[in-house]
Amino acid sequence: MNDEEIRERLTAVFRSVFDDESIEVNSTTTAQDVEGWDSLAHIQLVVAIEKEFRVRFTMLEVKRLKNVGDLFNLVQTKVG
Amino acid sequence: MSRFPSYPIDADLILRELKSFRRELLNREDFIEKRIALLSGSTISAIKNVIELFLLRDGIQPIFHESEYNRYYEDLMFPNPELERFSPDLIYIFTSNVNILRYPGIHDSAEDVDALLASETGRYQAMWDRISSQYHCPVIQNNFEMPHYRLLGNLDAYELHGRCRYVAELNRFFAEQARVRQNLFLVDLHYLSSWFGLERWYDKTYWYMYKYAMSYEAIPHLANSVASVIKAIYGKSKKCLVLDLDNTLWGGVIGDDGLSGIQIGKETPEAEAYTEFQTYVRSLKDIGVLLAVCSKNETANAKEGFAHPDSILKLGDFASFKANWEPKSENIKRIAEDLSIGRDSLVFADDNPAERDIVRAQTPDVAVPEIGQNVTDYIHILDQTGYFESVSLSAEDVQRSAFYAGNALRKEVEGAFTNYEEFLASLQMRAEIRSFAPIYHDRITQLINKSNQFNVTTRRYTEAEVSSLAADPSVITLYGRLVDKFGDNGLVSIMIAKVQDGDLHLDLWLMSCRVLKRGMELAMFDALVGEASKRGIHTIVGYYYPTAKNAMVKGLFARVGFEKTSEDDKGNTTWRYCLSDSYTAQNLHIEVAHER
Repeated sequence: MNDEEIRERLTAVFRSVFDDESIEVNSTTTAQDVEGWDSLAHIQLVVAIEKEFRVRFTMLEVKRLKNVGDLFNLVQTKVG
Repeated sequence: MSRFPSYPIDADLILRELKSFRRELLNREDFIEKRIALLSGSTISAIKNVIELFLLRDGIQPIFHESEYNRYYEDLMFPNPELERFSPDLIYIFTSNVNILRYPGIHDSAEDVDALLASETGRYQAMWDRISSQYHCPVIQNNFEMPHYRLLGNLDAYELHGRCRYVAELNRFFAEQARVRQNLFLVDLHYLSSWFGLERWYDKTYWYMYKYAMSYEAIPHLANSVASVIKAIYGKSKKCLVLDLDNTLWGGVIGDDGLSGIQIGKETPEAEAYTEFQTYVRSLKDIGVLLAVCSKNETANAKEGFAHPDSILKLGDFASFKANWEPKSENIKRIAEDLSIGRDSLVFADDNPAERDIVRAQTPDVAVPEIGQNVTDYIHILDQTGYFESVSLSAEDVQRSAFYAGNALRKEVEGAFTNYEEFLASLQMRAEIRSFAPIYHDRITQLINKSNQFNVTTRRYTEAEVSSLAADPSVITLYGRLVDKFGDNGLVSIMIAKVQDGDLHLDLWLMSCRVLKRGMELAMFDALVGEASKRGIHTIVGYYYPTAKNAMVKGLFARVGFEKTSEDDKGNTTWRYCLSDSYTAQNLHIEVAHER
């Protein structure tokens, strides 16, 4: 899977989880930048990303996520 | 048409699009509102959000109150002004085996284990007692899923110290309590988790990170199950299963393959599978679900299929039978009219995906699960929907199909009379109209919560409220049962009226649509006037609040002799009836037995 495809599919997940078609995310986007990104939405987001890319994250991996860039990199290493 | 997915449950989609589904489902107006307090022993946020979707889909808009995390016991047992002010219609105690205080220790004696069990069950009994004395509302309670691991392996199921045995004992106790406590309803976490698969149910990552007692994917299944119980409590369960025939109730096409060519019976694996599906459908009928046929076929061919010697279902099992070449959505509308039930009470099962889509598009109120095209899937897909969930089996449920079969006979006879009054006289109707009696409280509550059409105020009451109204000397309560020469129609009409400042205010007047146009409403009104006279009341005040469904009673008060006194901009009307000494009974054809 190339970077572009990962980015597109990540954006699509963000848009459906936050019900906002105008969301754009980049590698420095954090929870503070997206309205409604609270702890509940965070779990929803992580699970939706796991399903979208058919991967599982470990507790440690989830804990280390600081921004969308980390998420992107994590997905990238998992899908190869 | 809502995008909210049908069954089988698509957990990933529901969880991902929670927000947009909620936004879309809120795009309607005729919700009934319910105040639901969630007292939970683990994280419940996402569960709450998905329960909301399943309730909104079927017309219930929940207002939630959440206890503090894992304070379910304290929040309930000690004075709690916040919860009291919230005044819940319903309380859901969401506990699971992470909330079991202690399991038997391996050195515990038999007495120790008994004492442990008693202290655990005692906690729940205290909470249920407290709810009935303080909050007077129904309680939904989870039982327990089996433990995550088995220290003793298979022995765990029966050894005194086994955790599996301990959980089974707790569940047995909960089941007994739910049988004797009228306002306690269980969510069977034990069955649900087994069905889902304990291996998938438990996801310790979510427990350690977020304190969810089960995996995220299990949440929509759990939420659906909880919502089904809530809907059953408020009479929102479905009432009728509408079935296609060819490749749905039997294998093959009766019009082409003929009676001997269709697959039903024990001869082939396919025939056996259809036999099991017919048996399931027949059992639904036995618990009070109405059955109807909606098939593209010649009527004669369609009926012939049920003459098959191995057919479990017989023609007489169907309350309505439509086999023709009209669009199915049109036939489905007629089925709802024939049975006098709302389209939102219907579930449609058809193996043909195109037919399912058309029905979904043309009659969006009808529930259309994706049963697929494989007969071996039909049962478990229909079963997991929870559409026909009930909270108790009343005698009425078990007899319901007989009531409707009686109606089909009445319709036939009706055709033989030129004069409707003559027809009514020929029915030899007898009614019993009396004050609420405890043995009928469950049926009365059920009828109050599901009658929408012949219902002037559409007020809903819980069983606890029904009991307290029945005991209140300032309230006149009346129920009516109707029997005729074709059978017992059961308890079909209810009135609740309050004496206030010398006038009698009619808070509720409803009747089941299966006895429309029989004059039963006149008999009820006569009885009310009788009770009012006994108490020396001179004025009865009636109220009509229009809803999407109760237009048929807009003119009811005028018809029995009330005068309209006011009307507001929403169409709510108030009516007045002045009693005179010379009241003449309005009911002509029903012989009535009154208060003993």
